[in-house]
Order: sequence, then C-alpha cells, then structure tokens
Amino acid sequence: MSFFSEALWVLLLGSLLGLELIGKVPPTLHTPLMSGANAISGITMLAALTLIIKSGDNLPLLIIGSISLGFALFNVIGGFLVTDRMLAMFSRKKTRK
Amino acid sequence: MTFIAPIKFAIDLLAVLLLALGIKGLSKVRSAREANRLAGIAMMLAAFGVLLNSQGTIGISINSWIWIICGTLIGGLLGALTAKRVPMTAMPEIVALFNGCGGMSSLLVALGVALFPSSGGSDGVVGELIRNFSIVVSLFVGAITFSGSIVAMAKLQGWLSTPSWTQSKARHFFNIFCAVLALIGGIYLSIDGQNGLFLIVIASSLLGIGVTLPIGGADMPVVISLLNSYSGVAAAAAGFVVGSQLLIVAGAMVGAAGLILTQVMCDGMNRSLVSVLFGGALGSSSVASGGGGEYTNITSCSPEECALSLEAAERVVIVPGYGLAVAQAQHTLREVTRVLENAEIEVTYAIHPVAGRMPGHMNVLLAEADVPYEQLKEMDVINPEFPATDVVLVLGANDVVNPQAKTDQSSPLYGMPVLDVQEARTVFVVKRGMSAGYSGIKNDLFDLPNTSMVFGDAKKVLGDLLLELKDLGVGSKG
Repeated sequence: MSFFSEALWVLLLGSLLGLELIGKVPPTLHTPLMSGANAISGITMLAALTLIIKSGDNLPLLIIGSISLGFALFNVIGGFLVTDRMLAMFSRKKTRK
Repeated sequence: MTFIAPIKFAIDLLAVLLLALGIKGLSKVRSAREANRLAGIAMMLAAFGVLLNSQGTIGISINSWIWIICGTLIGGLLGALTAKRVPMTAMPEIVALFNGCGGMSSLLVALGVALFPSSGGSDGVVGELIRNFSIVVSLFVGAITFSGSIVAMAKLQGWLSTPSWTQSKARHFFNIFCAVLALIGGIYLSIDGQNGLFLIVIASSLLGIGVTLPIGGADMPVVISLLNSYSGVAAAAAGFVVGSQLLIVAGAMVGAAGLILTQVMCDGMNRSLVSVLFGGALGSSSVASGGGGEYTNITSCSPEECALSLEAAERVVIVPGYGLAVAQAQHTLREVTRVLENAEIEVTYAIHPVAGRMPGHMNVLLAEADVPYEQLKEMDVINPEFPATDVVLVLGANDVVNPQAKTDQSSPLYGMPVLDVQEARTVFVVKRGMSAGYSGIKNDLFDLPNTSMVFGDAKKVLGDLLLELKDLGVGSKG
C-alpha cells in the first residue's frame, strides 16, 4: 500500500501545483498555453514505454504498446512544435522592434 | 545496479521541476518560448530516465527496442509533419486532434495491462483492486477524451453538423444510459479484472460523442480545453496503472492547469461550464428568452463609402472577430492597415478576450500577419479610447460589440464584457449577412445611426477596400 498512499500524496500536491501555476495569463497566451499543456499530457508515453519494456515476447502487447507510444509521441512532438510555431511569431515581433 | 535507482530518481525530480517551470513560464510572453522548450527537454529527460532504469534493472530486449523505435518514429514523424503543415487558423482543431491522441494512448496502456495482467503493470506494487480501479479510470477518461476530441475536431472542420436529435431531451437519456453502462462495466472490471473491459471502452466512447456532439462551434474551445484537462487525468490514471509517480505528477498538473484555463475561457465568454456542457447549442432557447426583436434602422453601405470615411479618419480601431478568422482574412487586413499607416492614420486593434476561435487565437493570427504586437490593445485599455476614435471597423465580430450587454438587463448577454465601439464617431460592421452571432441575439449596435453595415465575406470586403483606398491614392505618397 505504500506506493498507493505516496501516489495519492503526489496526485494531491501535483494538482495543487497545477492550480497555482496558472494564476494570471495574458489572453495572448491562452492558445499557446493550452497547446503546450496538451503536449505535456502526452507524458503518458512513459506508460507506453514501460508497457513495451515489460511485455517481453508477448506480441499483441508489444503491438498495443507500440501503437500507444505512437499516439503519445504524435501528441508530444506535434504539440511542442506547434506551440513553438505560435510563440515564434510573438518573439519575432519583439526582436524586430 | 544499485546506483541506477538514485539516478532515475534524480532525473524524475529534474523532469518534474522543468515541467513545472515550463507551465509557469508559458504564462508570460517573454519567457513563453523558452518555457516550451524547457518542457520539451523535461519530456525527453523523463523518457530517458525510464529507458535507463529499465535497461539497468530488468533489461530491454531487442524485440522491445524494435517496437519502441517503430512507435517513436511513426508517431513522432506524423506529429512533426502535422505541426509544420497545419495553417494557423486551424489551431483549435489541431489541438483537439493532438489531445485526442494523448487520451487514446492512455486508453491503450490500460487496455494492454487489463488484457495481459501478468506481463505489464506494476504487480506487487499496487494492490489488485486499486490497479483495476486505475485501469477503469484510465479507460473511461481516455475513451471520452479520444472520442470527444475527434468529434470536436470534426465539428470545427465542418465535417460534422449538429444532428437535431442532439438538441432534444433525448440526448440526456442517451448520455445517462452510456454513463450507466460504463459504470456497470467499471464495477465488473474493478472486481475481477477481466469482464466489462470492452463495455467500458464502447460506452465511454459513445458518452464522449454524445456529450460533445450537441455543443455549438463557438463553445467548442471551452470543450477542447476541458478535454485537455481530462487527458491529464487520463495520464495520471495511467501513472497509477504502471506505477509511475512522474506520470501522476505531470498528469495532475496538466489536469488542474487545464481546469483553470477552462474557467478563464468561460469567464471571458460569460458562459458557465454547466451551460456549455448541458445547455446544448445556444440559439434555440435564448432567442425566445429576450433580447429579440426586429432590426428597424439598418444602414448598409459599399466598400467605397467605407474607404472614403477611412481616408478622412485620424484614428482607426479594428475589431477583429471570429468571422475574420473563418474567412482567413488577417493578411488582407494587414495590407489595408499598412496603407492606412502610410497615410499617417493611427491604427490600433481592439482584442476582446475571446476574439477569434479561442481565447488568444486572434493574437496568434494577427502576429502571423505581421501586425506589431504593440498595436494590439486589450479591452480594458481600448474601451476609454473609443470616444476619441473616428472610425471603428468591426470585422466578423458580433456579440463582443453588442451594447445590450451593458444596457439591457433582460438580455442573456447582460454582464458580458464588451467593447464599447458605439462610442466612436462612425462604426462599420463587415458581416456576411444579418444573421445573429452565436448567442442568437439581436445586436443593438447595428440599429444605431452611426453604424453602417458592409455586407460580404470579410476577405472579399477587405480586398475591395484595399482597391478603393489605392484608387483614392491613400498612403501612396510614402
């Protein structure tokens, strides 16, 4: 049970941290922030990795894990790149001025 | 062997720290880009930590490596291609798509562990019941996130319309039915870890569709933001399934931050989350409830007359809205404002908090069209300046410039923050027709004597305007 009780603490503190992190956001950044947070939610790729590593020679499980990993990375890589594209437009304005 | 665990622990801590700093930094303009990279690095670190730890403890077979590399390459390449290709106007759809895939990933992990309990998972670390319960949550939230996001994307792309049955009471029964089925499946699965698996997946997928389908296009960003929060929850649940605290922290952070962002968006639109989720598309109910009535005093004019007024103006304020984003007219708009600036006319942009297709989207679109950041004024800054403004050009915005929100207490819009464009000397409203905004409410602004309507697609009208301005020789001296 020790993992479980620790994990509950982690869940609680993580949620509180998340609530605190986004206090004031200028409207300009709502869309990039949403897209960036979305990319982070692809962290579930770690679960997919763990699944593949632990599946040994179980082919169906390897396939499920691999598809899951693909979906997660689609989310992560796409999410970060698209956020960067949006933010690049803001910073370009700054430097040109 | 023994030194691997502390290293993995250190990497995890560092990754969590960087992720938190990343989310924090993303909320400030100056640090946003760095913060986004920081979060990306954190993700790579985290993945590296998992690989290192597994290699050092149980070892990773060649077979596993092959499947890891396959998944990484295919998913990563597709993601990178999509991110590079997608036009900026399609941003809400693409966030929905990415988000749905994240949910799908969590779902598949839980599915894999549920189907083959012996191989995957965190045996011995978490109790049987708790693990099964985590699987249930992960399946349920993952499926809702996936199907909901895909429906949201399809509706925003215009691939799906709103079927009429979803506006009736029937949808509530359908959704409750699906929820009950998912609950039954969840109870079965929690107890014995086998039965009810596919019942949950199918029922919660249908629930995701049933909940998202009735929601109108303008409310969709709120839903996407909420689903984004869900995908964090799904990731946290997957963290319980495989026994990874890093996943739980990251998932919880995204889940909570997503909720806050959803709330911020709702505030900007003067909608409560409950009415977005259960109220169906606005329009059918609110037209009857007040603020209705016919237009009596509409003045319509041609782009030519509009150009003449612009030429004579000293201060022009542009109010861009949803219609501008849909017509993808931001580049044409920029050309028009360049001409005006060359003629030494002061041009600013009034940005309502929810302008565009989601909050902050308009800033991105205008930045893409090279509009200087300093010219974008937020609502509180620009509102006192309207009385000193000669011409206001409203482009495809409607509800955000409706004076009813301040004057008519019976109006459903009452209390929503709006731009006081009616204070300006002349207002031109570029609009495709007399149809109401997404609230379905008559806009009193259109009836005012100082308001003229220019009918047409925003892009076409701006194109005509540009030609007229050039004919007049505006701004050509420079």
